[in-house]
Amino acid sequence: MSDLIADHVDMTFTMPSGEQVHALKDVSFTLKEGELLSVLGPSGCGKTTLLNLIAGFLRPTGGRFELNGAEIDGPGVERGMVFQQGALFEWLTVAENVDFGLRMKKSPKAENARKVEEWLEIVGLQGFGDTPTYQLSGGMQQRVALARCLINDPDVILMDEPLGALDALTREKMQSLVLKIWKETGKTIMIITHSVEEALLLGERLFVMAPRPGRLHKEYNLPFADMGLQQDLRDVKKLDQFGEVRDEILTMIWNMEEEIMGKSA
Amino acid sequence: MSDIFQSPRGIFIAALFIALISALIWAIIYGRRLAKNEVTDLVFGNPQKALGGYHWVISGVATVLLFWLYFSWDAARAFFPNAANELCQVAKVESALIPLRSSFPFEERLLRGTTLLNRDNTQLDILRNRANSNTFDDEQRALLLPLLDRLVALQKGMASPDNFPAEIGDALGGIASRIDAVTAKLAAGELSADQRAELEAAKEGAPKWGEKSPEVPDAPVTERGALFASVAPELTEISSDFVGVRNTSPAFLAEVEALEAELKAIGKEPEVVDDFRKQLNKMLRRIDDGAVFPPGALQPVEQSLAKFHDVQLDQKGSLNLIDAFAMPGGKIVAGNTSCSEQGSGRWLPKPSDTVGTFARMADPDIGFKNIPLLSIKQKPLAEMVGFVVPDWIADLVPGAYPRHDADGTIGENLKSKVLNVATGNFPSVSVPVPTGHIWDSIMRVVTGLFFGILFGVPLGLLMGLSRLAKGFFDPLIELYRPVPPLAWAPLILTIFGIQDDGKIFLLFMVAFAIMVISARTGATGTQLSKIHASHSLGASRWQILRNVILPNSLPEILTGIRISIGVCWGTLVAAEMLAGTTGVGFVENVARKQSDYEVIWITIIILGLLGLMFDLIMRWIINKTIPWRGKG
Repeated sequence: MSDLIADHVDMTFTMPSGEQVHALKDVSFTLKEGELLSVLGPSGCGKTTLLNLIAGFLRPTGGRFELNGAEIDGPGVERGMVFQQGALFEWLTVAENVDFGLRMKKSPKAENARKVEEWLEIVGLQGFGDTPTYQLSGGMQQRVALARCLINDPDVILMDEPLGALDALTREKMQSLVLKIWKETGKTIMIITHSVEEALLLGERLFVMAPRPGRLHKEYNLPFADMGLQQDLRDVKKLDQFGEVRDEILTMIWNMEEEIMGKSA
Repeated sequence: MSDIFQSPRGIFIAALFIALISALIWAIIYGRRLAKNEVTDLVFGNPQKALGGYHWVISGVATVLLFWLYFSWDAARAFFPNAANELCQVAKVESALIPLRSSFPFEERLLRGTTLLNRDNTQLDILRNRANSNTFDDEQRALLLPLLDRLVALQKGMASPDNFPAEIGDALGGIASRIDAVTAKLAAGELSADQRAELEAAKEGAPKWGEKSPEVPDAPVTERGALFASVAPELTEISSDFVGVRNTSPAFLAEVEALEAELKAIGKEPEVVDDFRKQLNKMLRRIDDGAVFPPGALQPVEQSLAKFHDVQLDQKGSLNLIDAFAMPGGKIVAGNTSCSEQGSGRWLPKPSDTVGTFARMADPDIGFKNIPLLSIKQKPLAEMVGFVVPDWIADLVPGAYPRHDADGTIGENLKSKVLNVATGNFPSVSVPVPTGHIWDSIMRVVTGLFFGILFGVPLGLLMGLSRLAKGFFDPLIELYRPVPPLAWAPLILTIFGIQDDGKIFLLFMVAFAIMVISARTGATGTQLSKIHASHSLGASRWQILRNVILPNSLPEILTGIRISIGVCWGTLVAAEMLAGTTGVGFVENVARKQSDYEVIWITIIILGLLGLMFDLIMRWIINKTIPWRGKG
């Protein structure tokens, strides 16, 4: 029952100039519990809008989202978010950031501290509890953001280009971490990314979206996430099958981009 | 130079002056040597080169202090304690000579007679042009022009040696020879036995320069001074006699009288003619004092004066150098009753005096206007309770206040007891409370600022988050904020009183606007992703406001507080100058009215140090509370 269902969702923005922008058109899908979904598409195809709608920061102009059998209406703790820049509270320490959600719920302090320890260990930040977040590197900040989100035990984790600002090496480590967390917690995870490789590695399912209006263009079911749990991600990337799908999707997105440029020219 | 050892203060200032000069020279030499040996970076523009350099700090401080000691004449007073007294005597001579010397081109550009002719010629030319204009008809012109011509003739006639009466020439010669006699006396440099006795008497217990008010002691205490003082009265007499000498021959006076009569006869109609007549009359009044002499008639007096001046300079001797170099930016002048410093010696107080005055003001028993600058006073706790608790609380207690009995005693009931508490009328322990001008100023700023923050920050945050609040309050704040706070002062002080209430409200207005704007900027600047994140983490609206928006706005809020303190401080001092009976601004205003430059400088220094202290506290708070600023 805890599937995430998108039911003919439409989203139209009205600009201050009065212009109507059709951001999403007739988006429907069902994400089963424990599935790992990555969403890919050229810029301006409505990826982030889709995520904000599911998070409840926006309300769709048509259709509906359902989680656990109830319509999504506003933000909620059952849908955790991880942002591109971490969106950490820089005036708090690592531990205070991580237990922010628990403190807002006013759960007992001793238990909070125990949970924080636990999660800091999972994301590999043991001993950093009292460090101010602004002293951390980008990758470490993103680990804090992950822990802060997961400690609340959400049903769905929404990630908006979570690894976009990281260097290649850190990125690879973080990709393994996401896979590990997915495996160990069995959470439903939806990742938005602009990297095709990342989408392939971190997607059991993969949606390619098309722009103007934003819509689901093509869906893939991929084996690479499962492979990545067993072997090195770099080995997975070297597989022929990986290369073929990557090239196919790259061509697809390239054509879309070209179409947009042609249109606007 | 042996005069230095007359007073310990003189010795100290002289030693300080020499030490400062040595420090300055050492710092410059040391700095030059370091610069020569510098190997780090020879490139101009590298900010690294501005690091360190405590020796330049020494040179900077030494320069400032040296300037102060030098231009306030404190150094001159230390090294030449009698110079002011001697120059005072010279100034007496100079001021006695002013009427004489100002008639000649010594300090002036032109001989006074030349100046007067010049001025009158211009005026007469203007009148002639007017007479020839078509304002007048021919008949009127025929009446006026001859009069004008006679006036010109009268004026020019004064310069002619032919009309110059011999007895006036003799009078001028007499004045010249009297000056020569005084010159000889000054040149001889001898004091009479009487004068010497007088000098010895004056030396006994005479106050030194700056020891008493008036600052410069009047009676001569040195032989040189006594010599100048001895000739001053005679010169005053000669001066006044010279002013009495006028170039008025009987013919001149007769013509003046005739012209006067004819002008009177013209009559008052029509108005233009009457107006012209008045102008002619005015010119006649100017001319009839006979201040113009034939060229050369005044030459003996001029030569005598020049001679006197040479002798005066000779007799001044080393005083000339002291006057020119040790006492820059001004001079000693002699008034009717006493001598005083003019220029920088006057408006720049001497450091040694300033320290003394400050020490005196800092004594809580003296203070300024019977109020200490800063002190601790025992105050009964009851008084503070009475101040905080409003009196009307007692009115709310049921029942009536007790009335007196037939035998005149007054009973007590609950209502009267509550009133006693509310008015602070009950026995209590005393607690030490700070008091004084400085404390009053600080409390006003802190209280105004406190209420500004208390009301300004929540409203600012609300305006940053709500369209309604922003739209509603924006016009109000934007309309009153740009008005300079001092422009509000007269109104606010009238409404709320010239004591603390009015000033605190004024400062509240200042701080409130700044706090609203900074809190609003802070709230508006919160990253949306942080708000989104806190929503997803289950925070309520209040929790988001308290835990995300407020801390995120802290840098702007603290900067706002820092700016507020600065603006409040400035506004407060101005408001205190405007009205009130305590506060640092009040002190400065009273000192200004009394031209008490020492107190003015003391208040300036106090204000600077307090402002610096406030800013250092704020910087410390900022560093402690928001180390993450700009690192999010």
